Amino acid sequence: MTITAAGVDYDVLKVREDFPILGRTVANGLPLVYLDSANTSQKPRQVVEAIERHYLEHNANVARAMHTLGAEATEAFEGGRTRIAEFIGAPSRDEVVFAKNASEALNLVARVLADAGRLGADREVVITEMEHHSNIVPWQLATERTGATLRWFGVTDDGRLDLDGIEQLITERTAVVSLTWVSNMLGTVNPLDVVIRRAHEVGALVVVDASQAVPQMPVDVASLGADFVVFTGHKMVGPTGIGVLWGRYDVLAELPPFLGGGEMIETVTMERSTFAPPPARFEAGTPPIAQSVGLGAAADYLDALGMENIAAHEHAITAYALGRLQEIDGLRVVGPQTAEERGGAVSFTLGDIHPHDVAQVLDSRGIAVRAGHHCAKPAHRRFGVQSTTRASFYLYTTEAEIDALVEGLVATQKYFGG
Amino acid sequence: MNLDSLYQEIILDHYKRPHGAGLRDPFEAEVHHVNPTCGDEITLRVHLEAGTVSDVSYAAEGCSISQASASVLNDLVVGKPVTEALQVLDSFQALMQGKGQVEADEEVLEDGIAFAGVAQFPARVKCALLSWMAFKDATTRAVEESA
Repeated sequence: MTITAAGVDYDVLKVREDFPILGRTVANGLPLVYLDSANTSQKPRQVVEAIERHYLEHNANVARAMHTLGAEATEAFEGGRTRIAEFIGAPSRDEVVFAKNASEALNLVARVLADAGRLGADREVVITEMEHHSNIVPWQLATERTGATLRWFGVTDDGRLDLDGIEQLITERTAVVSLTWVSNMLGTVNPLDVVIRRAHEVGALVVVDASQAVPQMPVDVASLGADFVVFTGHKMVGPTGIGVLWGRYDVLAELPPFLGGGEMIETVTMERSTFAPPPARFEAGTPPIAQSVGLGAAADYLDALGMENIAAHEHAITAYALGRLQEIDGLRVVGPQTAEERGGAVSFTLGDIHPHDVAQVLDSRGIAVRAGHHCAKPAHRRFGVQSTTRASFYLYTTEAEIDALVEGLVATQKYFGG
Repeated sequence: MNLDSLYQEIILDHYKRPHGAGLRDPFEAEVHHVNPTCGDEITLRVHLEAGTVSDVSYAAEGCSISQASASVLNDLVVGKPVTEALQVLDSFQALMQGKGQVEADEEVLEDGIAFAGVAQFPARVKCALLSWMAFKDATTRAVEESA
């Protein structure tokens, strides 16, 4: 049990009852210890049932079906958009664009900004060394195509964004600054206010990868001040197959389409087409309908627990884990060593034991972690490691699970004679 | 799944004391292979003399399975005619991709039979095959070079 920001007891065992999968066994009858939520979160019954109900009772295609079910499905799909707009504090529901995941949303922004001529030979895009590959590769592609220059913030030895020289990095030449809010590998929470202030001083647009932020902290895009915020459904107890791009309406309205197809047009002749206003302009084809319903239910679920409470639980469990992990001889946490300004993903090395071998021994004890580069190879290289083991926590993680992890790691050291 | 069926003593021995590790001259072909999902890497060189594999040298970064596998590869192919070495490779690959249903031939695979347990862990098959695929690639290039 954790005492939350609101001062109420957060009953993690009661929360776990909503997640049947957390009650199952693996590895010949051992209870599952799921510590891979930064990869994907588990889903509560409420979300799965909302999706099931949609398919079993209201299923039809949206917007174009002129019948009762079509109207119900459209209302359910657009209801998800309204709910998400509310959940992130978007001034208008028309600012919420659905994509298939956060990667697609980031590719969408990079592509349409390039197509709009915002990037060019004399322009620069600034990212950071701690980005997920999905916030590196789309900008490499976009700058290569347009002749713009890609630059990046470094990371300090303690895993923080290196803000020294921010004024030389973000300049009048900067067209876009794209950075993560919470690092999926280091766990670092970045000081967005400083970066956004500087970017706007020089007229650059700011894209925030909030994939690890929206699930674990209260988010209000209106007060954040960024121009685009991207996140994904499946890390916030929602379904796979839906990602969100929030963009300031005036910026979205000036951008060209991404993919061409159904529902993104105004009118089509054989020679040319004109395009629908946002968000439809960026959503070609049949959208993720049931996923929108599920994502709306996920927002309901998170709000019922309270995002402040979820953040307080995440903070408490991360502090507990950092403390316990650092008791292990030879374990090195890569990233901030304390829970201050830190999210619930902890990457570490365990002596010379390769992360694959660590994960394999843990799996034999029912413990699920991630091993490898976590789609953040440059961040690993920055810290001189090829790969790490990552334990990541969420609203259902218990201290007992952290204890099981620590026991498992000690057993791993014994197994490999380390 | 029993951990010891994966981490056989033989595998752990090869992992701790790899045979033939390090990059050496001379060589006719050098390749660099990566397992993109986990980032394991190997640089591997092949030296052929009169149709025989006279050296396989390598620098590898990766888990115990991939390291031990490179060590066993070195044991099994060095000194063999290229055609025979490639047959060993076929046997090893068949064992790895056999999902535990393929019987290992100890005559051919020697220490390699210790990897039979790996075939039951689908996520690790690629680790075991990394060095072997690099060897296949390098040997093909070395043969083309000399043709």
